[in-house]
Amino acid sequence: MSYIAKPKVTHPKLPRNKLGLTERDYEGSVSTLCAGCGHDSITAAIVQAVFELNIEPHMLAKISGIGCSSKTPTYFVSESHGFNSVHGRMPSVTTGANAANRDLMYIGVSGDGDSLSIGAGQFVHAIRRNLNMCYIIENNGVYGLTKGQFSASADIGSKPKKGLPNQQEPIDAVSTALSLGATYIARSFSGDKDQVVPLIKGAMLHKGFALVDIISPCVTFNDHEGSTKSYAHTRQFYHHVVDMDYIPPAKEIKAAYDEGSSMPIELHDGSKILLRKVDTEYDPTSRAKAFKYLRERFNAGEIVTGLLYIDEGRPEMHELMGNVDTPLSQLSLESLRPAKGELERILRGYR
Amino acid sequence: MDPTKTEGTEYFHQVVDCQWGCPAHTDVPEYIRLIAQGRFTDAYMLNRKSNVFPGILGRVCDRPCEPACRRGRVEEKPVAICRLKRVAADHRDDVKGLLPTAPKKKNGKKIALVGAGCASLTVANDLMPLGYDCVIYEALNKTGGLMRTNIPAFRLPAEVLDEEMNYILDMGVDLRLNSPVESMKGLLDEGYDAVFIGSGAPKGKDLDIPGRKDTDHIHIGIDWLESVAFDHIDSIGKKVLIIGVGNTAMDCCRTSLRLGAKNVKVMARKPRDFFKASDWELEDAEEEKVEIVVNHSPKEFVLKNGKLVGMNFEKMEYEIDDSGKITETRITGEEFFPCDDVVLAIGQDNAFPWVERDIGIEFDKWDVPIVDTTTFESTMSGVFFGGDAAFGPKNIIWAVEHGHQAAISIDKYCNKQPLEDRLPRGVNLHSAKMGIHEWSYSNNYDPAERRLMPHVELQKRFKELDIEVELGFTVEQTIQEVERCLNCDIQTIFAPKLCIECDACIDVCPVDCLTMTKNGEESDLRNRLSAPAENLEQPLYVSADLPQTGRVMVKDEDLCVHCGLCAERCPTGAWDMQKSELLVPFAKDEATETRKKAQPSAA
Ligand SMILES: Cc1cc2nc3c(=O)[nH]c(=O)nc-3n(C[C@H](O)[C@H](O)[C@H](O)COP(=O)(O)OP(=O)(O)OC[C@H]3O[C@@H](n4cnc5c(N)ncnc54)[C@H](O)[C@@H]3O)c2cc1C
Ligand SMILES: Cc1ncc(C[n+]2csc(CCOP(=O)(O)OP(=O)(O)O)c2C)c(N)n1
Ligand code: SF4
Ligand code: SF4
Ligand code: SF4
Ligand code: SF4
Ligand SMILES: [Mg+2]
Repeated sequence: MSYIAKPKVTHPKLPRNKLGLTERDYEGSVSTLCAGCGHDSITAAIVQAVFELNIEPHMLAKISGIGCSSKTPTYFVSESHGFNSVHGRMPSVTTGANAANRDLMYIGVSGDGDSLSIGAGQFVHAIRRNLNMCYIIENNGVYGLTKGQFSASADIGSKPKKGLPNQQEPIDAVSTALSLGATYIARSFSGDKDQVVPLIKGAMLHKGFALVDIISPCVTFNDHEGSTKSYAHTRQFYHHVVDMDYIPPAKEIKAAYDEGSSMPIELHDGSKILLRKVDTEYDPTSRAKAFKYLRERFNAGEIVTGLLYIDEGRPEMHELMGNVDTPLSQLSLESLRPAKGELERILRGYR
Repeated sequence: MDPTKTEGTEYFHQVVDCQWGCPAHTDVPEYIRLIAQGRFTDAYMLNRKSNVFPGILGRVCDRPCEPACRRGRVEEKPVAICRLKRVAADHRDDVKGLLPTAPKKKNGKKIALVGAGCASLTVANDLMPLGYDCVIYEALNKTGGLMRTNIPAFRLPAEVLDEEMNYILDMGVDLRLNSPVESMKGLLDEGYDAVFIGSGAPKGKDLDIPGRKDTDHIHIGIDWLESVAFDHIDSIGKKVLIIGVGNTAMDCCRTSLRLGAKNVKVMARKPRDFFKASDWELEDAEEEKVEIVVNHSPKEFVLKNGKLVGMNFEKMEYEIDDSGKITETRITGEEFFPCDDVVLAIGQDNAFPWVERDIGIEFDKWDVPIVDTTTFESTMSGVFFGGDAAFGPKNIIWAVEHGHQAAISIDKYCNKQPLEDRLPRGVNLHSAKMGIHEWSYSNNYDPAERRLMPHVELQKRFKELDIEVELGFTVEQTIQEVERCLNCDIQTIFAPKLCIECDACIDVCPVDCLTMTKNGEESDLRNRLSAPAENLEQPLYVSADLPQTGRVMVKDEDLCVHCGLCAERCPTGAWDMQKSELLVPFAKDEATETRKKAQPSAA
């Protein structure tokens, strides 16, 4: 929170994207979060990613639930569509919006509380449907907005500011998504924009459900010693396992890459992502291996980051349902409604 | 890069672009804030401390601060620093009680000052309060030097000049008008404890081409302006050509219009980018319908029956390379311009016919005295030069700064102290934080554009020679202009130990000043920042290694608008906004007694 809004003045040489917009054009209103909150940093990363992808603001829909994290869509891309829904209900609102208009790009912003407690059921079913969206969890291990109670992602032994350490098993969004068959799964850290931005770009372009679980320290309630979601703890234990570069359509992968550690993957719009495996043993296309690896590293206290799993081949919700390419919202009522004779024929089938 | 050293260096001074650009280090942002608060007298006195003549300079200063001003890089136009100075002068209350005074008990030392221009008067301003007796010898019957004789009254009214001159003279200066010093030797023989020469650069350059000596309608600019100022000349022909395109030329063409000329052309040898005149002087002349003709080099004066009828010029063509340098010059033809009078405004030389060359004051091959650039002492100890007399024609604010420095030297000389042992400039810092989101300055960026000076209407201004053209800012204009200042003296101060590398400051900075990155060489770092730091004149502020990752925080000072958002957003107070106050030593601070008191152990 700051008293004055970020002034409109900009660097005179601010770059413009293909639409002639600057990064500043993708900002939203001034953040009212605590100064230093990781969520603000993720907001800045989203702004950068959307700017770099040349997304027309009116082709973007941003949807959220309740929480400090869920407040953040107000702070980016003012010119886009937005829906701040009920606590934990971001996935169903996004599902509805996406069902009606498949042409928009969907970015859902949620918190660990919003997604892993009250909204856990919603989260799970959006994955099952392979809803085409970028799903961001701003993960701070607490309910920030309600003054810092432990959330379902808190690690065993993590200390609160006051009171007893957490004893319950944490829900790991990444392993959960993996087990449910999500098709793009990434983890990162708000303090590492160089990693976060390409991951968000990939997630926006991925066809299907893309989860980006971002550790995002709550400076006010969970950034002390003994917390496992603080800036210092995360920096000490996090490891890049698979980095990625985003390569826009029509651009060649220029740098020579070593077969063992690099892996190009083509996205459906013709752009590519180049995975750079820091750990060459890791295979981000095998669910079974990924699961094993993640569990091992988790037990060793490591926070593994990067694009941890990807499958570009699986059909997303509209494809599964066999829907027409034109967004339903753009079809005329006549073509949406069965003709009178047709309706009778269907009804007859039930008699 | 090593962490930026700010202690005992000029780092923070350099960040305040205007103050760094001002030869006398005027505390611009502070006086602008005082004006914003309506404290005109305080703003005036703060100005006076460094530049001595705020009313004069608020009208006619050369304004080296304005091209330096940060606002001019953030958007197009700098803050109207000079116009605001005039606001302080115009609206001040009576300051008599606040001015320095001479002590009753004199210190017994007597200083001779040659010339009553701004340089000598500054020396007197600084030395009189220390108890010196100052004797000023002035050749003319009036004080002010070129400020009175050459800067036309329509730019600088005589009352403004007199008032600020008198503030100094009234301390009891022994002013001797109509007293040209005709022999330096003679002056030295009078037994002064020290001598200051502030006699200016009083010789206008001549143009030795055919026809020059055959008519009395060719005038040397600075002499001609002086004759106008003393009412010896009150008319000129209908068609006038001004040769040269510096500030003198601008005053000559505008003066011609006020003496009855109907068609005035300023003839320039080179294209516009090479003009010496300040932009605002050119604009003002062009507003008065003076035509500026480029690429014409004077060839000869043309006379018919002994009467000047015009001039022939060679038409020039230039090849200019990317860096703006002329690589080739061609003459493509000739052109005749009719005229009744010509005014030559092609520069000034120093002239010291009254300084004997065998008494120990050495001159270089251009006949300019050899003067030390720090102490302003000549090769003869106890004889000091300043203003235009020292290094050739400059401007008022430089003359003032020379005067301050010479006064320090003179005091040291009279107290048998080494002249080089001068106090360095220092900086005081204190936090500008008043509350969680409150700062002791107006930190929001105001997008207002530079206000334009209102002028007397064209039809009215030519009636008299001394109608001041500029009216001064209105209240509304002042209110808007003060908010354009970016408060560059409110420094961003970083404490690396406190930083948790949350990125908040980086994300919020509106002009992409800040970056956390791996350290490197300056040339490499400058290309790896949030925005490339291309302005090499502006320093990078580099921190020590950060605790969590060992990266460094780098700030490119170039475009910082001092909005304080980095400090407001920082959860740990690693950034703070702190007001820097530049401490500039003057003669009174250097004076032996004062320094003895300040450093008891050194005594
Ligand atoms: C046409 C013109 C316009 C200018 N406009 C500007 C402007 O807008 N802004 C600006 O900042 N600067 C301007 N300048 C420059 C500025 O006027 C000078 O740089 C400044 O006045 C120098 O001050 P000074 O004290 O060194 O000398 P001067 O002002 O030249 O004063 C020297 C004095 O010494 C006297 N003197 C000389 N010889 C003797 C002697 N032997 N004995 C006794 N007295 C002597 C002279 O009569 C004179 O009074 C302008 C100059 C000219 C020519
Ligand atoms: C239905 C309902 N139940 C409970 C709440 C109270 N509540 C508000 S925010 C929140 C938790 C938010 O935690 P998280 O999603 O992690 O967001 P953070 O603030 O940590 O970013 C809760 C429980 C609510 N607003 N609505
Ligand atoms: S309470 Fe925590 S999560 Fe909420 S804004 Fe403050 S720091 Fe961020
Ligand atoms: S913006 Fe204000 S403080 Fe900064 S250089 Fe300009 S006048 Fe000076
Ligand atoms: S004060 Fe801080 S946030 Fe504002 S422009 Fe300067 S560096 Fe950026
Ligand atoms: S806001 Fe403060 S703590 Fe955060 S990166 Fe900037 S200086 Fe460091
Ligand atoms: Mg949370």
